[in-house]
Amino acid sequence: MEKREQFEGKFEFLEHTADVYVASHGATMEEAMGNAALAMFEVMTDTEKVAPTHKDALEVEAEDEYALLYSWLEALLVKFEVNGTIYSKFDVHSIKETPNGFKLKATVYGEKFDSQKHPQKVGVKAITYHQMEFIKEREKITLMFLLDI
Amino acid sequence: MGEDEGRAPTENVPLEKIDEYSWRIPMYKPGMLVPGLVFANDALMEKMRTDRTLQQCANVAHLPGIYKNAITLPDGHEGYGFPIGGVAATDYEDGVISPGGVGYDINCGVRLLSTTLTEKDVRPKLTQLAESIFANVPSGLGSRRKDLSISSRDLDNLVTEGVGWLINKGLGWSEDGEHCEEYGHMQNADPNKVSSTAKSRGLTQIGTLGSGNHFLEIQKVDKIFNPETAKAFGITEPGQVTVMIHCGSRGYGHQVCSDYLRVMEHAVQKYKITLPDRELACAPGNSPEAKDYVQAMACAVNYAFCNRQAIMHWVRQSFQQVYHEDPEKFGLKLVYDVAHNIAKVETHKIEKGNKKVWVHRKGATRAFPAGREEIPQDYRSKGQPVLIPGSMGTSSWVLVGTEKAMDLTFGSTAHGAGRMMSRAAAKRKFWGGEIKNALEKRGIVVRSASAMVLAEEADFAYKNVDVVADVSDKVGIATKVARLVPLAVVKG
Repeated sequence: MEKREQFEGKFEFLEHTADVYVASHGATMEEAMGNAALAMFEVMTDTEKVAPTHKDALEVEAEDEYALLYSWLEALLVKFEVNGTIYSKFDVHSIKETPNGFKLKATVYGEKFDSQKHPQKVGVKAITYHQMEFIKEREKITLMFLLDI
Repeated sequence: MGEDEGRAPTENVPLEKIDEYSWRIPMYKPGMLVPGLVFANDALMEKMRTDRTLQQCANVAHLPGIYKNAITLPDGHEGYGFPIGGVAATDYEDGVISPGGVGYDINCGVRLLSTTLTEKDVRPKLTQLAESIFANVPSGLGSRRKDLSISSRDLDNLVTEGVGWLINKGLGWSEDGEHCEEYGHMQNADPNKVSSTAKSRGLTQIGTLGSGNHFLEIQKVDKIFNPETAKAFGITEPGQVTVMIHCGSRGYGHQVCSDYLRVMEHAVQKYKITLPDRELACAPGNSPEAKDYVQAMACAVNYAFCNRQAIMHWVRQSFQQVYHEDPEKFGLKLVYDVAHNIAKVETHKIEKGNKKVWVHRKGATRAFPAGREEIPQDYRSKGQPVLIPGSMGTSSWVLVGTEKAMDLTFGSTAHGAGRMMSRAAAKRKFWGGEIKNALEKRGIVVRSASAMVLAEEADFAYKNVDVVADVSDKVGIATKVARLVPLAVVKG
């Protein structure tokens, strides 16, 4: 029933009683951040059905890497709620250290949410720092985070 | 069952059993300022032991200025920093305020309407009613009422004035505000303390149910336990139809919480507060950070009252559309509206005198006894109505606040069933269509924007709300008035 294979290597949903606990992966921090965003939208809809026809540029700054993940996902959630755009493709171009922390630059692709075309799953209320954990291995980065739904 | 449970506790939390339904967590960590006090029967306690509920309760006991006990209620389960189903009261001057002790969904709450109809009256039109409500009340992802378009200035007025603003716009009856906690208008709301991001999220979502565990139900009274009090609340006989609305402050409140968690992270460093968990981030009650949060939180509280007010108005309209008669003819009076996630200034008896405190209720319902001026005139001789929603397809409860709650829990009791099984596990067990069929076999009409939500919110994924109400009643922190069961469920 759940098409987990299609996201293999990108992210998976871990067990959690009340909310959604995600582990997203990437060879680089950029890729892992992109897959984190994909996972968040997969919580809300079937991202395969979201055509990447509309393009938005996004820049996010935060004081540390945890806050960067939080702010990146929150910025996307706000865009969805305010503009009604749902996203399915995330190109995180760069994550650079700045004097105040980190800066992420991305181009994100999607289209206007349409309840006829896009299956409804569950809305994400908020990103949280709860059980947030980054695992950095030599060739793989895993970001673990909890979405409040 | 292992995979259905939350993350195992990382600490072995010592427990002392006080009586059949109460447990003490002694001050086993050097930073604990007070003990933990947990209300649960053996089965509920067994579940709490499997995740970090008790550990989080002990962590809350570290908050500077906390009084008496860190309290966990019968529906307590693991949350973020604070357990969900908990109460903490801190000194008004020397204590701290923590946005995590309120939660993301500020003033997530419940309102109940009574009607003069019975199940027999409604049964022939039940599907039509559910469909009309489903069409009139936006639910699920991205849905909204095109005809409720408000400007940024309107939004600021709405969050400042509360339900009165909507009633003046024609969305409600003049007496509705009287039957809300805070009379539907929390004072001290200042929209200048709310970010533009929060406001932009709020503009598109006013008057929407949302998704997940939020719902709207047409119910009937199943059993009355306290006829005299029930009557005062407008609940007169088994079979009587009621309507329950459960939702909160949507993106507006979530963003206020998110923004101020960040402010508090800095405040923790600035005021050199030591905490066992980053998510308890807080600031002293008299600091500018805390004052700003309280004024922003009050905006979100009012937003949520208004959200439920608008939805109630469309429920009344739905009855009108289906029956072609004025909704007044069917009663459709607001019984009460309660907040489940809120922080408030209250006066409580502590040691020998009265003290002004910040009461944080996160997944907890205020349960004030008879005589308090915070209770509407017509209920004041009975006590405050406490509304505890069940999970989909199960019963919901009306209780009444007590003097015992003032002694034990800063005038609070439980707020719901509390999840027991993960969403993923629930979905593996059944799919949404099966859940819908099972409910419809029991005569319950279901309308949902998402089949997946139906599976995730299946009743077996929750603790039994009857047990939660039972423990509250036995402890005496709110006693049973009436049990309600669903006839129709509308979900996001």
